[in-house]
Amino acid sequence: MNRMRLSGLIRKEFLQIVRDPSAIAIAVVLPFVLLLLFGYGISLDARRVPLALVAPNSPQAQQLLGGFYRSQYFMPRRYATMSAARNALARRRVDGIVWLRSDFGRRILGRGDAGIGVFVNGVDANNATLISAYIRGVWSNWLAQEARDRGAAIAVPVEVEPRIWFNAALRSRNYLVPGLIAIIMTLIGALLTAQVVSREWERGTMEALMATPVSMGDILVSKLVPYFVLGMAGLALSVAMAEWLFSVPLRGSMLLLFTASGLYMLVALGMGLLISTVAKNQFVSATIAVVATFLPAFILSGFIFDLDSMPFPIRLMTHLVAARYFVAILQTVFGAGDVWPVVLANAAGLCIMAVFFLGLSWRLSRKRLD
Amino acid sequence: MGTKILALAVKEFLALMRNKVARMTLFVPPLVQLIIFGYAATFNIRDISYAVYNQDSGAASRELLAHFSGSPYFRQKAVLTSDRQIAPEIDNRHVLLVIHIGPRFSSDLLAHRPARVQVIIDGRNSNTAALANNYVSEATEAFNRDWARTHGWGQPPAQLFIRSWFNPDLLSRWFIVPGIVGLLTLVVTLLTTGLSVARERESGTFDQLLVTPLGPFDILIGKSIPGLVIGMAEATLIMVAAVFWFDVPFTGSLLALYLGLFLFVVSGIGIGLMISSLAVTQQQGALGVFLFMVPAVILSGFATPIANMPGVVRYVTYFDPLRYFLVVLRGTFLEGDGVGVLASQYAALAVLAFVSMVLASWLFRHRGS
Amino acid sequence: MAVSALTFDGVEKRFPAGGGRIVEALGGLSLAIGTGVITALLGPDGAGKTTLMRLAAGLLRPDAGKVAVFGHDTMLEPGAVAETIGYMPQRFGLYEELTVRQNLDLYADLQGLAPAVRRARFDDLLALTALGPFWSRRASALSGGMKQKLGLACALLRTPRLLLLDEPTVGVDPISRRELWAIIDRLAREGTTVLMSTAYLDEAERCHDLIVLDEGRLLGRGDPVSFRTPLAGRTFLVRDTKGEPRRLQQELAHRPGVVDAQLHGGEIRVLLADGASPGSQQGEAWDAVQPRVEDAFVALLLSRRTHWRQDTVRSGSASTGVRLSPGVLITARNLRRSFGSFEAVKGISFDVSRSEVFGLLGANGAGKTTAFRMLCGLLPPTSGELSVAGANMSHAGRAARQRIGYVSQRFALYGDLSVAQNLRFFAGAYGLRGAQLAARLRWAEEEFGLGPYRASNAGTLSVGHKQRLALACALLHEPQILFLDEPTSGVDPLVRREFWARINTLAHEGVTIMVTTHFMEEAEYCDRLVLMSQGEVLAAGTPSEVRALARVSGGPEPTMEDAFIALVAGHEQSTRRAS
Repeated sequence: MNRMRLSGLIRKEFLQIVRDPSAIAIAVVLPFVLLLLFGYGISLDARRVPLALVAPNSPQAQQLLGGFYRSQYFMPRRYATMSAARNALARRRVDGIVWLRSDFGRRILGRGDAGIGVFVNGVDANNATLISAYIRGVWSNWLAQEARDRGAAIAVPVEVEPRIWFNAALRSRNYLVPGLIAIIMTLIGALLTAQVVSREWERGTMEALMATPVSMGDILVSKLVPYFVLGMAGLALSVAMAEWLFSVPLRGSMLLLFTASGLYMLVALGMGLLISTVAKNQFVSATIAVVATFLPAFILSGFIFDLDSMPFPIRLMTHLVAARYFVAILQTVFGAGDVWPVVLANAAGLCIMAVFFLGLSWRLSRKRLD
Repeated sequence: MGTKILALAVKEFLALMRNKVARMTLFVPPLVQLIIFGYAATFNIRDISYAVYNQDSGAASRELLAHFSGSPYFRQKAVLTSDRQIAPEIDNRHVLLVIHIGPRFSSDLLAHRPARVQVIIDGRNSNTAALANNYVSEATEAFNRDWARTHGWGQPPAQLFIRSWFNPDLLSRWFIVPGIVGLLTLVVTLLTTGLSVARERESGTFDQLLVTPLGPFDILIGKSIPGLVIGMAEATLIMVAAVFWFDVPFTGSLLALYLGLFLFVVSGIGIGLMISSLAVTQQQGALGVFLFMVPAVILSGFATPIANMPGVVRYVTYFDPLRYFLVVLRGTFLEGDGVGVLASQYAALAVLAFVSMVLASWLFRHRGS
Repeated sequence: MAVSALTFDGVEKRFPAGGGRIVEALGGLSLAIGTGVITALLGPDGAGKTTLMRLAAGLLRPDAGKVAVFGHDTMLEPGAVAETIGYMPQRFGLYEELTVRQNLDLYADLQGLAPAVRRARFDDLLALTALGPFWSRRASALSGGMKQKLGLACALLRTPRLLLLDEPTVGVDPISRRELWAIIDRLAREGTTVLMSTAYLDEAERCHDLIVLDEGRLLGRGDPVSFRTPLAGRTFLVRDTKGEPRRLQQELAHRPGVVDAQLHGGEIRVLLADGASPGSQQGEAWDAVQPRVEDAFVALLLSRRTHWRQDTVRSGSASTGVRLSPGVLITARNLRRSFGSFEAVKGISFDVSRSEVFGLLGANGAGKTTAFRMLCGLLPPTSGELSVAGANMSHAGRAARQRIGYVSQRFALYGDLSVAQNLRFFAGAYGLRGAQLAARLRWAEEEFGLGPYRASNAGTLSVGHKQRLALACALLHEPQILFLDEPTSGVDPLVRREFWARINTLAHEGVTIMVTTHFMEEAEYCDRLVLMSQGEVLAAGTPSEVRALARVSGGPEPTMEDAFIALVAGHEQSTRRAS
């Protein structure tokens, strides 16, 4: 490896990044848009759910309904009849119905066998589960209040005290934004790198490079360094936005975060280089990069969808997805802190993959056209 | 006139089908996505791993724990013997939650005093934590009912009966798979049309096309037809897979579905052609498709409800055709909708289709000649 | 004996060609190139020239045999080889986003040029290539000729012992070509060995050593004299006393005993078959002339291609029924086109009559492509009048487009579609149907000999067949005017001959032809031409009128290339002085 050659190549690579609009689009615009979308636009936390209430005007019923009006989760609307409420649910005006029969007050005071009918629109199963949980919350608050008012006769035997660690308010932003860093670094490391190498093949500049005394190692390293720096810049941008724009707490150390990210960057670069040695055409390499690196990082990494809930064969497959290990580290370092057993186990996975991908692209790239 | 456009449409088809790379990009990624999304994209959680720290030696705590170990949603992984073990179990992700029962649990219950149980949940993934919390409440409620009945506690004054309509078992696959139909149709439509002009610009045939008597509008129509046919065909294929492979029920009207599909594909084509007339190279075209696709999917309500988005973002979603088509898809698949209920969705799609086609032909004329 | 600069020893190279087929690019090639000479690598398209270049640069591994540069095996000592050679690939290998200086800096780093000597070397190369004024311009903004010179400068940074140039002069106008040759000559004088592949046979005359390849095999080898000598007494210049050289050229081309007949400076250059005697007929004046390398090349290749003659032109069926009265078909008056503040075409005017072959000539960046695009309706003029086939191109576009045919520079065909599908598409796009459609498709396949290839993908055809197919597609609807944009750029001499024979026939049958080219010999095929420089018309008229403008008293009869260089250089100088 020759210093003059290497620095010449690296300087060239930086100049190209600065002057190529598509590189800037992938490295800066796309991450920025993604961060804004995920930070502001995406949330799994149902808020202000439109809820139909069908209930008599008895004071007992009003007391229960008051819970819905006070809750930040609901936007209740009264409907006179159950059929009107059903109609509203079918037309997607409300997501759920709480139905108290006209004899609700009498039954509560009497035998205590009043029923509360709850109907939720189950199309969005996740949302429906969350809405049921919120409704159940309102109901148990009401029960506790009733118990306090009326004595132990109607007390509940066991009360659960949930303690949600790391994210007591259950903000989905707190885990989506850190996970997004894995997506952004995949984009820069794999998609962008695959693109720039195949562009050299397509434009014939690779042919000219290879006829000079540079070694293939020089060429590979000259691609690694600039995109590594770019990826770390993307990381810094994401961390800054997470801290100051979205107030996502970082509980672990910055040093660990950057070290682990650097490791992942090497894996992503290795994948990008490998793709470009296989596909020497920009369009094909972009397609492979999206299908083989971006989509898995999105879906099979635990970024949004819980890995433990996937069917067994798919769960096995996720072990081949490098982003999976990185997302685990990110969610831990941001949410919980420097938990070494988690970090080390996943970092080991990343190390193996980095060695594998970089080594394979090293082996496969020869200083020849055939 | 008709002959000319037909000739162009046939040529577009052949160009797509005879090129190995083009063929591959049209069929392989959708297939991979269908399988991955269909199986992996689930919000249903199963096998919630938990540890027990039980300081109580009575029968009541064992009875409570039996409600967890007997549930298909929970899987016990460890028994803890000290307070200090709790934090590492959670921190290291060995378990998602720890059930901590205090020493006076049984005696409290037997003395007719309410007992408390602490549940510590890993909140790193807040959605999983919320769902787990809900299952814990359900299991405890079941215990409460049994205990109250057998030990002479008063019944709670009112019981909650929760039913979910359209998807009684709350399978998130029923929600995701119809969404994939919309997602993949958009991908295929954009890829067929978004790169078609750029491909011709790169190979120099675009000039050749412009010197023929075909006008810009003819070219636009000719290039739309393959997108329409391929988009509709691939959507049909995926819908068949959704019903027969993934067992998602189809309860609504086919007419309502296909009316929505047609309008959606046309608006996708309009957007694809807009990208196409702006892109000089195929790479730019692909990048344009990608830059449009990612926000369009995220903001469509595909995985997360639009209602949860803040106001400004919600307004942006009004420009996303996928948003309306997802309503049509889920409405016709799960909710048994017909044309009438979906009228407002059609109207929005028709406006988007019209505007995008007009814009595309304007851009086309101004970049083409 | 001294070590050869480059040796090939029984080298074979094969490539997979898709569908399990294997194409043999080089078959058992052995040769050695001496030091300090300029060697030209000649051969038709697909002869294996680029493969040979890449093998020499160590970019390909030979399947058998070995390649050595100054005694270093390219596979065993790649480092030593890379230190010894300078290589300019066909596409120059420049980074478009980088400036001239940054490109030079990069290659200086790569070739390990010490910073101390760098400055002097840059000055030297910039003086050589005259790129100094463009020092900080991006490579993407350079003209074709300038890119070529920059590519060469990058390959020359460390004064290589062996310089490999793959078709360095394709797509370059005569002036840039002359400048490039001045550089190559100087290098050779300074001791560099040069190996260049080229499709221009006049360049072969200036080389010391020639290698002719065909289908991966060595067909001929020697200095230019050894190629020319066997043809002594077989080459003639025929003057048509009736003043219809184009007609005579066609007639001669079909005369028995004539191997080749080419228009040259208003006369016809004839190569006779071995043993044939010049059969002068009435109205012809035959003069014996010195043979050229091109004659030898054509004779050599034709001896291997007995089928070629039959393939060419059978006249009489190209265009049925457009025999209209003569008249003006294209009128341009004060045509202008600006891009932003840059005026690419500065008010040009000319007329083209029916069944005329009209040429548009100019250096790279002279504005001829812009003018051409306006003529075929691809670009609206900023101002001026333009009427094509009786229609105003900017308004009645559709009607006018029905009357024109267009063949673009790269033979724009749909590479993934078969020959038959391409023909069918263009027929459909021009609205042909029913019996007429069937008849025209049959005509195209027969006339252009495309029948055997009808099911092959257009992208896999040889350059010659691509050109035929492109021409067939443009003629299906029997256009009155045919536009040809640099139709012979990068095409080998045999294909070029076939092409012009066809164009002649078409013109004869009443089709008007508008053609751009920077092959100056081809300008001779035009009835009339305009010469453009910096957006203006420098000269207009018949080829002999234009040539006459450059005649110097006492000097030899100037060729079209001499005229071109003299006129353009004079014009550029005067505009520079004025500004």
